[in-house]
Amino acid sequence: MKFVYMMLMAGLLVAATPAVVFSDNCLDCHQTFEDENGPSHLITKDVHYQNGLSCVSCHGGDSTMSDMDDVRKSSSFRGVPTYLQVPDFCARCHSNPDYMHDHNPRLPVDQLEKYKTSIHGKRLFEKHDTKVANCVSCHSVHEIGNAKLPYSSTYPLNLPFTCGKCHADSAHMAGYNIPTDQLAGYQVSVHGKALLEKEDLSAPACNDCHGNHGAAPPGINSLAAVCGMCHAIEAELYNASPHRAAFDELDLPMCVVCHSNHKILPPGDFMIGLTDPAVCGNCHSRDDGTKAPATIDSMKATLANLSQARDSARQILDDAETKGMMTTDEEFLMKEVDQSLIQTRTLIHRFDIDTLGPTAVQGIENARKVQTESAGLINQYYFRRKGLAVATLIITLLAIGLYIKIRRMGR
Amino acid sequence: MNEHTQDRRTFLQWILRGGFAALAASILYPVFRFLIPPKTVEANVSQVKLPFTRADIEAEPHKFKLFKFGREMGIIFIAPNGELDALSATCTHLSCTVQYRPDWQIIWCACHNGKYDLNGKNISGPPPRPLEKFAVNIVNDAIIVSKDA
Amino acid sequence: MPEPAKSQNGSLAHKAYHWLDSRLQIRQLVDYMGHKVVPVHGHSIFYYFGGLTLFLFMVQVATGILLLMYYRPGADSAYESVRFIVSEVSFGWLIRSLHSWSANLMIFTVFLHMFTVYFTFAYRKPRELTWLTGMGLLGLAMAFGFSGYLLPWNSLAFFATRVGTGMAGTIPVVGDWLMIIMRNGEEVTGATIGRFFGLHVAILPALFTVVLSVHLLLIQRQGMSEPLEWRDKPPETKKYIKFFPQFLYRDLLVWLIALNVLALLAVIFPDGVGVLHWPLGEKADPFAAPPASIRPEWYFMFMFQALKFLPAHMWFITGELFGVLFFTIGGIIWTLVPFWDRTSLKGRRSKMVIWFGLLALVFMIVMSILGYVLD
Repeated sequence: MKFVYMMLMAGLLVAATPAVVFSDNCLDCHQTFEDENGPSHLITKDVHYQNGLSCVSCHGGDSTMSDMDDVRKSSSFRGVPTYLQVPDFCARCHSNPDYMHDHNPRLPVDQLEKYKTSIHGKRLFEKHDTKVANCVSCHSVHEIGNAKLPYSSTYPLNLPFTCGKCHADSAHMAGYNIPTDQLAGYQVSVHGKALLEKEDLSAPACNDCHGNHGAAPPGINSLAAVCGMCHAIEAELYNASPHRAAFDELDLPMCVVCHSNHKILPPGDFMIGLTDPAVCGNCHSRDDGTKAPATIDSMKATLANLSQARDSARQILDDAETKGMMTTDEEFLMKEVDQSLIQTRTLIHRFDIDTLGPTAVQGIENARKVQTESAGLINQYYFRRKGLAVATLIITLLAIGLYIKIRRMGR
Repeated sequence: MNEHTQDRRTFLQWILRGGFAALAASILYPVFRFLIPPKTVEANVSQVKLPFTRADIEAEPHKFKLFKFGREMGIIFIAPNGELDALSATCTHLSCTVQYRPDWQIIWCACHNGKYDLNGKNISGPPPRPLEKFAVNIVNDAIIVSKDA
Repeated sequence: MPEPAKSQNGSLAHKAYHWLDSRLQIRQLVDYMGHKVVPVHGHSIFYYFGGLTLFLFMVQVATGILLLMYYRPGADSAYESVRFIVSEVSFGWLIRSLHSWSANLMIFTVFLHMFTVYFTFAYRKPRELTWLTGMGLLGLAMAFGFSGYLLPWNSLAFFATRVGTGMAGTIPVVGDWLMIIMRNGEEVTGATIGRFFGLHVAILPALFTVVLSVHLLLIQRQGMSEPLEWRDKPPETKKYIKFFPQFLYRDLLVWLIALNVLALLAVIFPDGVGVLHWPLGEKADPFAAPPASIRPEWYFMFMFQALKFLPAHMWFITGELFGVLFFTIGGIIWTLVPFWDRTSLKGRRSKMVIWFGLLALVFMIVMSILGYVLD
């Protein structure tokens, strides 16, 4: 009898085990009526689901139940949060250091705090604005992916469009008094092209300058620091230049004044000057009483000389190469010329006549060397052909002489 | 045989002898020039003897020098522990030439603030790949740089 | 023996002759050589092809020796030294270009010479040995070409050599062993350069010199072959010119023109032209992927393409074995033509010889063209 009882219990346990361990009735049931864009189907791509969490982990309830009414009545049921409740809903775990430590010690736990300092967070919590972004606006609801994975909405190649969903929509943004051309401008900018077309993941997306959760435009006086994260030398030079103090006083946004913020186009020597399309003329004029006009003229001339020298050198070098001469040494020197040009253009940001001198002079010197050597190679090319002509002449004369001799011998 | 033919014959002889002499000269001249060794030391791209000594590197304000390695550019520097190390000098991001920053103890690319450690590993900023490491040997004061096998 | 006539008013050449003769008694030899004659007929132009090949060979030796002054064999130095020659050494580009062009032209004239000898039946008795030594020279010349091609150790050479030695490996029984010996290892490496170099500058020149000397000696001894039809012609109707100096001057003229053509090609097309292309390019990288179309040199192309056409199996043997047998047997038949062509001994043209020759010629030309077109 005891044996039969034990077998019965064992049998029940075995039968019940699937129900306890394997059953997720939420998914089983919801998948029958939701289409492919429904949460129960999307969830397989979600990082939470892939790490063992499921519907009840966020929504509460009991996954063994098969009746929705029962689920709703269960004590732990949290249901669907409202738009305004979402940040706290996610923060229940994500701001809990102990919990996060056990699940993903690498993740920070300050997202909510930062969010509350952002424009989005302030408006959501203080003004109860439901048009601003909350967690799911950027991360999606049921297919939240690690930002390092290409399908994630926060992957760098996707991020500009995630932000653009609201920020490029003028209907949505009506009433906020901020422009909606950022995405469009960014897409044609050097950064946008580098990231979206060349897929250079090191190029900045929106969050690299604006922050992720504490998203806000960089302060007017902190732009050099933000741009300077990558463009360190330009920032250093700018901070030592007269523009720093001047722009601070006038509350002008540093780098953005000349380069714009989103639609940053490839800079060029054309930017230096007092007339369009140069940018100095936007503030300076020929008789504004500062050192500026003289500096502008000098910098413009220096760059023009160097640029011209570089182009001439390049042209002659290409000619020599097309003619089949070996140009490795000259190409090497040419790299240094290009390097000088890059350096000289960078030194512009000091806005001082004397700074550019040394590198420009070095660059022009090397360019002249390249030109001379390439010209030498081209001369060699023509020398060979002249030599050939001379040799052919000699041989032809000789051949004719020989032929005459042969004819004579025949007679 | 009349004088006319004799003149023509001598003229022909003159042409033939002169012609052969000119031909011989136009062949021997390049051959002699060829045999004279040119000035430049030959560049062997798997190994290069640097045209400067360690003392020259130490005399540099930032303790590094750039050098040519076949078609590439290399950077040789004096590491904090006194060792002489060499790496490829072409940044793996957009091919700018890097520099050694003894104050930060890194190799730095000024173009976009890319940083590499002294073994060439890319540690910060845009560079996607490390810099190739070269082997440095000193033979009688001469510095020989070669590709790491 | 009467004293040789002293000649006080003679030219330098005469003085030199008398000086040597009084010591070595070379007068008999000189008189003998003075009797050599060359037949004059419709196909006399063929007589120049052998000498032309010899001229091109001499250019090869001269330019080869000069290149040897700077070339350094070895995986770490071969490419760099050739690059050095072409870009730094005075006229180095010219010497290298002449060497490449002359090599290709020489192979071409060797084939031309062989085919014209074949179709005029000049190999017939008593010139069988001349034909055999000539075939030996052909093999040696192609070995020269194959071994020299690898020496710059550039991408082009590396892959062509890998394919070529690989083909040797398909020979049954001895194939693998042969391939390893050729490559100096399992793969084509720096060690292969050393072996090919030794072959190219020492072994092959020695062998070539010996065989060439025999070949030339035989020709001097036997004189030029006359056309078949002359066997039954009366002596008065046969025209000859003396070898010294008439034919020699004509030969010299041909060599002069060839020199000019060589110079033109070397200066205007230093890296070759069309399918004859040998730019220095990139250094060999054994780990790189082979380029889309690896090609052997043009004079191996017909074999390469023919082997490509063969299916994996033909009756009871592998396609490769069939190919090897095909070329081996064909080559042996060709080489032994003086012995199986009985007809030309009777003074008549052998139809079989002509057909076989035309077949071989057309086969080689068509296969070569297909090799380039079907890429």
